[in-house]
Amino acid sequence: MTSVPPMPPQENDIVVEVKDLSTWFDTGKQVIKAVEDLNLTLRRGRTHCIVGESGSGKSITARSILNIVPKPGRIMKGQVLLHGAGAGREVIDLAALDPKGRQIRSVRGRDISMIFQEPMSSLSPVHTIGQQIMETIQLHRRIGKKEARERAIEVLAQVKIPRPERSIDAYPFEFSGGMRQRAMTAMALICEPKLVIADEPTTALDVTTQAEILDLMKGLQQRHGMALMFITHDMGVVAEIADDVTVMYMGEVVEHGPVNDIFFAPKHPYTQRLLASVRALERRSHRAGPAPKLSNDDAILEVSNVSMNFEARRRFFSRAPKEPPVKALDDVSFTLKRGEVLGIVGESGSGKTTLGRCVLRVLDPSSGRIVFKGRGAEPADLAALPKSAVKPYWRKMRMIFQDPFSSLNPRMTVFQVIAEPLLNHGMTDRRALEAEVAGLLERVGLPREAMWRYPHAFSGGQRQRIGIARTIALRPELIVADEATSALDVSLRAHMLDLLLGLCREFEMSFIFIGHDIGVIRYMCDRVAVMHRGRIVEIGDTDTVCDRPSHAYTRSLISAIPKPDPRLRGKTQRIRYTSEVEG
Amino acid sequence: MLGFILRRLLWMFPSFFAVTVVAFVIIQLPPGDFVTSYAADLATSGSPADSATLDALRLRYGLDQPMVVQYFTWVGNALKGDLGMSFEYRSPVSDIIWDRLGMTTLVAFCTLAFVWLVAFPVGIFSAVRQYSIGDYVVTFLSFLGMATPSFLLALVVMYLSVEFLGYSVGGLFSPDFVNAPWSFARVIDLVQHLWIPVVVLGVAGIAALVRIMRANLLDELGKPYVETGRAKGLPETTLILRYPTRVALNPFISTVGWVLPVLVSGDVIVSSVLSLPTSGPILIQALKTQDMYLGGALIMFQCVLVLIGTLLSDILLAFVDPRIRYDN
Amino acid sequence: MTTSPATLPEAETPAAGAVTPQRDSASQWRLMWWQFRRHRLAMASTYVLLFIAIVGIFCEFLAPFSPNAFTPRYTYAPPQRLHFFDSDEAGSLVFRPYVHGYKVTIEQTALRRVFTIDENVKYPVGLFVKSDPYPMWGGLFTLETKLFGPVKKGDPMFLLGADRLGRDMLSRITYGTRISMSIGLVGVALSLVLGIILGGISGYKGGMIDNVIQRVIEFILSLPTTPLWLGLAAAMPNNWPPLRIYFAITLILSLIGWTNLARVIRGRFLSLRTEDFVTAARLDGASEPRIIFRHMAPSFVSHIIAEVSLAIPAMILAETALSFLGLGLQPPIVSWGVLLQEAQNIRSIVTAPWLFAPGVAVVIAVLALNFVGDGLRDAADPYRQ
Repeated sequence: MTSVPPMPPQENDIVVEVKDLSTWFDTGKQVIKAVEDLNLTLRRGRTHCIVGESGSGKSITARSILNIVPKPGRIMKGQVLLHGAGAGREVIDLAALDPKGRQIRSVRGRDISMIFQEPMSSLSPVHTIGQQIMETIQLHRRIGKKEARERAIEVLAQVKIPRPERSIDAYPFEFSGGMRQRAMTAMALICEPKLVIADEPTTALDVTTQAEILDLMKGLQQRHGMALMFITHDMGVVAEIADDVTVMYMGEVVEHGPVNDIFFAPKHPYTQRLLASVRALERRSHRAGPAPKLSNDDAILEVSNVSMNFEARRRFFSRAPKEPPVKALDDVSFTLKRGEVLGIVGESGSGKTTLGRCVLRVLDPSSGRIVFKGRGAEPADLAALPKSAVKPYWRKMRMIFQDPFSSLNPRMTVFQVIAEPLLNHGMTDRRALEAEVAGLLERVGLPREAMWRYPHAFSGGQRQRIGIARTIALRPELIVADEATSALDVSLRAHMLDLLLGLCREFEMSFIFIGHDIGVIRYMCDRVAVMHRGRIVEIGDTDTVCDRPSHAYTRSLISAIPKPDPRLRGKTQRIRYTSEVEG
Repeated sequence: MLGFILRRLLWMFPSFFAVTVVAFVIIQLPPGDFVTSYAADLATSGSPADSATLDALRLRYGLDQPMVVQYFTWVGNALKGDLGMSFEYRSPVSDIIWDRLGMTTLVAFCTLAFVWLVAFPVGIFSAVRQYSIGDYVVTFLSFLGMATPSFLLALVVMYLSVEFLGYSVGGLFSPDFVNAPWSFARVIDLVQHLWIPVVVLGVAGIAALVRIMRANLLDELGKPYVETGRAKGLPETTLILRYPTRVALNPFISTVGWVLPVLVSGDVIVSSVLSLPTSGPILIQALKTQDMYLGGALIMFQCVLVLIGTLLSDILLAFVDPRIRYDN
Repeated sequence: MTTSPATLPEAETPAAGAVTPQRDSASQWRLMWWQFRRHRLAMASTYVLLFIAIVGIFCEFLAPFSPNAFTPRYTYAPPQRLHFFDSDEAGSLVFRPYVHGYKVTIEQTALRRVFTIDENVKYPVGLFVKSDPYPMWGGLFTLETKLFGPVKKGDPMFLLGADRLGRDMLSRITYGTRISMSIGLVGVALSLVLGIILGGISGYKGGMIDNVIQRVIEFILSLPTTPLWLGLAAAMPNNWPPLRIYFAITLILSLIGWTNLARVIRGRFLSLRTEDFVTAARLDGASEPRIIFRHMAPSFVSHIIAEVSLAIPAMILAETALSFLGLGLQPPIVSWGVLLQEAQNIRSIVTAPWLFAPGVAVVIAVLALNFVGDGLRDAADPYRQ
């Protein structure tokens, strides 16, 4: 990526000016002030990032600009001034227009266009990519069908979709997530708008795909010179592309300014906290300490040559030959030492979750050995045991789930949830159970009274703590944590990881920590294994793998991660791993 | 696409097989076989049949054979067009049923078309204007429609017509045309009579489909691609018709699979109230008198009719939904 | 359903910000009840259903007459209006319910009796009136009191008119309530047993068994139900006793009606089987039955209750149709469908439109069940976002 110094701001550069904008949601029972007194100036040729955590009002801001706020939301006051619209180059206040009227519709898609978060569902499943792209330009320009098609092919080529002449007739479900997001971008660009609003366009994508889309957008912006308003929760992405930054919190702007000011001279305490929690994940936790010296023979888990296939489903009466089985795990081997924290990192579909579940024998591997050696017990090959014989080992090996919402039964009280493993392993005295649960809750930082409530009374972070209490209730020796922090906002992650590390040292547990986020892995883990397409492509000390990766895939993965430091922009050489062909 | 249709066609064979088994079981359920009933029937009418005739009949329908053989004899005969004898009508079943089944098909498909034509726009209206007065009215009427048995509705229509029009609206033809050969005037007469059974039969289907269309469209209206369309600058009406409605159409088409059985079911009862010349009244008559070859054949063909209707809707669905078309 | 904030209980305000401790420790049934209570039509329908249930349970006591007591003198007598207040000797109004008598004239041309209300005759109507002894609940004990009826035994009182044999429609509908509603309940109960067994196996075991059961269900669903019901019902010997016919009909209805319930149960099992909290329960060392009954069942019991309440109307409608056609229950059993047989020919309904009354009962019961089912379905998952 090449970095061109952004043009200095000039008065006549202003594309859209938002003044004192307030958007409220009146649900009949209460009024939620999603956006309150927001001011924003978007300039030509500049990328303006809106950053904030979930519920901060960033998406509603974007929708307010286009005047497409979903019901029951309403723009209560303020102006959205579009400069230089139409032939007269006059200024129109978009917020004052009828949201369904002709005038605002002629602005949408032509002067201001938008790219949405979910590439899977933001395109109609029953229309071709071409139909959806051409529709935009045919709406706004007097243009023939043939010409529109040529123009669509042209933009598809610009967003680097291979074979645009053929892809134009494809349906969205034939595309991968990254390709769909490219198609969305093409749709947004076809009328050469003055402003493109991108609402978390890369959040649903893998990190390598995200890097490609970011590079693409940056390149397109330089080429067309439009203003780009980019909404994200990821400070790394901000550092990567922003010229200006607005930080939002609970519907209000807490701070705005050029990217370097925000990163290096943040004034507002919220911005400072946000940056601190992001930077915390840039290095190893202070709690982790030096990697424990471990001798090779003190292994708690030895996984050797484990493979697992998902059988392809065969249809009745299908003439097609049976498809080869999908290899979810392909000859995976590693050793986990007692007291060690091993990270397993990979993108979606790499097999990391499957591996975690195979280790616990929640899933059955097709071949290979999984030898678990409990304290003071004979080593046992879990892969060879019949399903019923695995159960006693689940006392020693436990799991933390990714989704704090689906992993707690909403119909059981917190007490019932945490007491369940104790109960099943013979602790039946009610009073003893209560005391034990109270102790566990305290250990994970929740009050004792929490045990009489139901999970719906708790936030995501608190629920994850309840899950952790359940996991450690039996004093296990090995914990498999599957993306244990990825459902949480960034400001909560470091706390959660510190809690886990503390428990790990206190109870002398070993950890397998599965994740897609290198920052979290680096913070937590002694060693890390990189997975790609069912294989472990590289395994080693965390620092070595992160700083001096040897495998080409690891290099591309590491290079794709946006660093939360704008000074590094353009200094990392993006490496593309070519064995994977998209599409 | 071709593969899909081929697979779907192949699926018809086990279905047909199962339908014939069901029909055969129903034929066999009442105690005693056909010839015993036939003999008893002749005896009561005062002209007892000689045992040679009865034995010949037994032989012809293989009634002395084990059940499985009897089944295959019956299916074999059915394939040749011999569906057995109706002792009520004293004639072969195949002579009686075709006209009637033709009328059933006509009524069922006209009703299906009517149901769709009404339910589709009303469902869209109800979803787009969610929680408006109109939506509440539509919702209440559809609940009422689902709660009213079709025969009751038919009775009410009959009652009202006699009370206020002064004549009965039953039948599919005016008396002059009942036995007349087909002509243009007869077709006109048919159309003039057809609408009443179509409306009566259609009400329950419309009510259910409006609910389905409304629910489907409400789901789709909340999908992100609708917002994409809005952000493009599409006018609201075009947007709703072109995107969410288009997507909601697909599950709507597949409702044929259960609307058609409901219609054919309803036809059986409604036609006996409105005395329509469809297969319903003779089916009920046949079942009441345990004239099982006739009853079994009618049930079998009504099932086949529904299976074919479902097949057609599945193929139609494959044409409009790329996800099915490409999923090979 | 929108509800004005004033009618809401405190605990219902959504989670954001002020979460009340009451809601935090509310079990799923309580949350569902709060949700259900907001569905006004469903709440109103619940009261209607309660009323219907009481009528069905106490029909002997509530019906003024025996359903088969006939008075040929009152063939097709029209409904009378029930007057509550009467002027006493002093001329002031007092609460003293009564009905007027009938005047009968013979229409010469049609040779038909025509009833007119005779304002001059008053038959007093009272609460807890004495009657002939009648068995309550199939002979469990004998009563000699009816909730209401003519004070003097033998006085005509036909609040919903009389039928071809001069039988009181109101009493017959009251008795019909028990049969029609119980057929719905028993039929659904049988369907539920089949549905739980087959759907449960299908969803929990998966694989080949699942495939076979699913194909069978698809096939049954693709068949028109009424002809099949008719075909099976027609096979019943004519000489069966009424009670056996009753159970045979319920069995026939449930044989075809189980498919939808099985589908719902299978769907729930399938989606729950992969839920994280079920995996968690397995890892917690819970036994298979404990996983099913302690961890999974509470999540779908509510859905099944909702589906069941939506399946009952279908059963009631099917019984009504079968009986109406003369292939279901037979007199002297009284069900709403059997009563509607009387309305089969156009001449009788023109003479006596009140023969539609059992049809109105069907519509009200089905409507109420549908509304309640709808409300239950909306409330079945209080954790949906």
